[in-house]
Amino acid sequence: MIYSIIGNYSLILGLICGLILFYLSFKNFKNSNLLDSKILSFTFLQFFFVVISFLCLVFSFIISDFSNETVFNNSHTTKPLFYKISGTWGNHEGSLLLWLLVLTLFILVFLLRTKNQQIKYQILTLVFQQVIIIGFFVFLIKTSNPFNYLFPPPEEGLGLNPILQDPALAIHPPILYLGYVGSSIIFSSVLAATCLNMITPSWASHIKYWILISWIFLTLGILLGSIWAYYELGWGGFWFWDPVENVSLMPWLALTTLLHCILVLERKSILTSWVIILSISTFTLSMCGTFLVRSGILNSVHTFANDPERGLFILIFLFALIFLSLFIFFFFHKDERNNPQSFFWLSKESSILINNWFMMYFLSVILIGTVYPIFLDVISSEKISVGPPFYHKLIIPFLVPFLIMMAIGPKLKWIKSQLEDKIYLISILFISLLLAFLVLKNFDENILINTILISSALYLLLITLRDFFTQKYKNISQNIAHFGFSLLILSILFNNLFSSEIITNLKVGETFESSKTKIVFESISQKKEKNYNSIVANFRIQNANGQNDKLSPELRIYNQPVIATSEADIKTTIMSDKFIVINLVQNQDFFNVRYQVKPFMLWIWLSVILISIGGLISFLQRKI
Amino acid sequence: MKNFFLPYFVILFFVIIFVIFYKGLQDTNVYTPDKIIQYEIPMFNTKEFYSGENFSSSEIFEPEKTYLLNVWSSWCIPCRKEHHLLMGLKKEKNINIIGLNYKDNKKNAKNFLKELGNPYKKIFIDLEGTTAIELGAYGVPESFLIYNNKIIKKYIGPLNQKLIDEIKLLVE
Amino acid sequence: MKILKIILVIIYVLPLNYSYADEQDKRNKITKNLRCLICQGQSVYDSDSEFANSLKILVDKKISEGLPEDEIYKYLKNKYGDWILYDPGLNKNTYILWILPILLFLIGGAIIFKNFKVKK
Repeated sequence: MIYSIIGNYSLILGLICGLILFYLSFKNFKNSNLLDSKILSFTFLQFFFVVISFLCLVFSFIISDFSNETVFNNSHTTKPLFYKISGTWGNHEGSLLLWLLVLTLFILVFLLRTKNQQIKYQILTLVFQQVIIIGFFVFLIKTSNPFNYLFPPPEEGLGLNPILQDPALAIHPPILYLGYVGSSIIFSSVLAATCLNMITPSWASHIKYWILISWIFLTLGILLGSIWAYYELGWGGFWFWDPVENVSLMPWLALTTLLHCILVLERKSILTSWVIILSISTFTLSMCGTFLVRSGILNSVHTFANDPERGLFILIFLFALIFLSLFIFFFFHKDERNNPQSFFWLSKESSILINNWFMMYFLSVILIGTVYPIFLDVISSEKISVGPPFYHKLIIPFLVPFLIMMAIGPKLKWIKSQLEDKIYLISILFISLLLAFLVLKNFDENILINTILISSALYLLLITLRDFFTQKYKNISQNIAHFGFSLLILSILFNNLFSSEIITNLKVGETFESSKTKIVFESISQKKEKNYNSIVANFRIQNANGQNDKLSPELRIYNQPVIATSEADIKTTIMSDKFIVINLVQNQDFFNVRYQVKPFMLWIWLSVILISIGGLISFLQRKI
Repeated sequence: MKNFFLPYFVILFFVIIFVIFYKGLQDTNVYTPDKIIQYEIPMFNTKEFYSGENFSSSEIFEPEKTYLLNVWSSWCIPCRKEHHLLMGLKKEKNINIIGLNYKDNKKNAKNFLKELGNPYKKIFIDLEGTTAIELGAYGVPESFLIYNNKIIKKYIGPLNQKLIDEIKLLVE
Repeated sequence: MKILKIILVIIYVLPLNYSYADEQDKRNKITKNLRCLICQGQSVYDSDSEFANSLKILVDKKISEGLPEDEIYKYLKNKYGDWILYDPGLNKNTYILWILPILLFLIGGAIIFKNFKVKK
């Protein structure tokens, strides 16, 4: 109870710090030889208050203080400690506190680490970031306070949805937020830089590190979400083009494009408009995502509480930020219209532009697919669904030229380029086509489109691989990241093509046999854990080579809330995953068994990690 | 010059987007299929609960009579909650309550009726759930108000007193 | 570049039709395209809810009756509305949905290519 009081007042104090910071910033702006040390102190103080508030919430969860409404709604005494802690941010109010934590952390570190930029720039960045921070403080305190008081305090809580009690999901929000909430600092600093006409190569070098941090965390955050979906949701898939997934992918696309543009801007003063618009868009898309997911306007697997009042606040806040940025862009940004930029069609500049073009196309497909049902519903009251078929049909064909450009683009020189090694490049292309065809010719499904897809991904893979060995660490980060991307596409393609599935109904002791697989339902046992009881089904699976695997999926009944879940058992090896899940059939004495063999799953995860490593290497390299 | 109009155009664009999102918030969040008024009952075949005899939908629903078709199961908790309301409705002369036992075990269903009472004039079974889908239902409990072989109203979820009153009114 | 564009168009226009002979495959394909209406964002194929299981049985029945895929979709759309299909199809409600991204792509391309120096 004391924690709630401290937590609540900490929030208010943090808000007051924000207002003070506004005042100090305006004062310092006029006389800006030195950054007022009071500004730094108050920024730290604000961060400190948010940390206190956050810790209070964590402690409330740990001690199961059910006088706190948030804890009551989302926790239970029998929950394991790890999930009590992670339950802090697994709900709407707590996750907003996490937003504030990251927002205040990033501006603090920004001020501490930015020594060689103009004072005015630092102050303005702070001001813009405070606009966001104060907005969130008000949102939190007014509509989503994590410290609401329940009297009399209930004996027991309502518990956390068991499918959220998973290690991957526990750390998924913090990592993800470091990514897309972290993009707030890019947003604020770009607006500041635009106001002061500072979008220059040297500024690009400075902001690049922030973009990389945000990008790496966002990549890993999305990866964790996919891993969770794969292990926990029980259908063996890892991406469903669900609105919440799309909403994390869109900022990632904008951020990746921004990263490419900033790497160009670091060397030449071009693409400044792109940089500004993309920086604004990344954070705007994050906010927009928050709006879509929390307001209840969309229907999805993992929406938070549906509350239109909150939705309205975020909507207004979001558009206030959009209009603010638009105003600053149009008013302050002096375009390079004076020296019209023309690029040779075969040059590094043009390949970056083409990259941007494709990325923005992918972004628009996802954005349109996600919000179109809303628009249609408002305008004509017709309700439709936009699901995986839409995204696949519009994205997959464009991946082919995109992958090929990824291979060729980095080889082009600035301004104008003769494509060297033309013969070499074309011959690798043919080798890729041949290899792809050989792999696929025994499968008569869509051989044309799959050959083309696989060969273009393979092409990128071979080119980047060869570059890795011959280029002697020049651009190694780009090399690794692109290699990782090609591996990702290949893994996904092979996974799609070569996955197999058996669905059957079995009683205990029964066996299913096919030409390649034998599934023996050996036995059933019971298990009792702290917050659930489960039935464990023991299977022995024999594949065509006589190899045996033992798998034990479970059916769990949690005690609070009373929910039955099906836990898959997955055996992961380097080449494939064996995935089995059982389900109870109403009023029957047999179980429905679903057994899948999914090749290259591990490679999908590893390739994304590889992509982030590419980013990490770039981050660790200091400027030459 | 194109550049002069661009800012205004962009701002106008975002204003429109804002308005659409704003209106989107006002609508309900959860989609339920339209409770279409007055469409024909689809043809379906089913078995009677006690006897196991086959019946077709045309045999079940006679013209000029009002029916309330209630989809229920013994394992469905909201069905228990609404059941006493159906018992109350049983006394109404103008309405015949027909039950569709959904994906249920016969013994459990019988126990359910023994415990809470049987408001149904006739009960039919839907072992696989396909008959419910034929009717356009998607879960339990769900109830259909039927007259002259047309579905007049569909109630998704458990009935409450207000809906019962509405049914009584419509039946007049 | 022009060649690239042409290849693009060809690839896009190529029918991405699947022609499985297997009935199981057909049923899987159909149920992957159907939304489970009582779940939050799962296809009938993925879901194990009562509704999804009943729908799978129904789809099996319709396939064995010889109904083509389109007819099954039409039948279900009649009962539940367009919302039950994940593939939004191409009809008067969805022209904009499909065309807008392509349009943006072409416009983007035009803007970029305008800036390319054509001389040697």
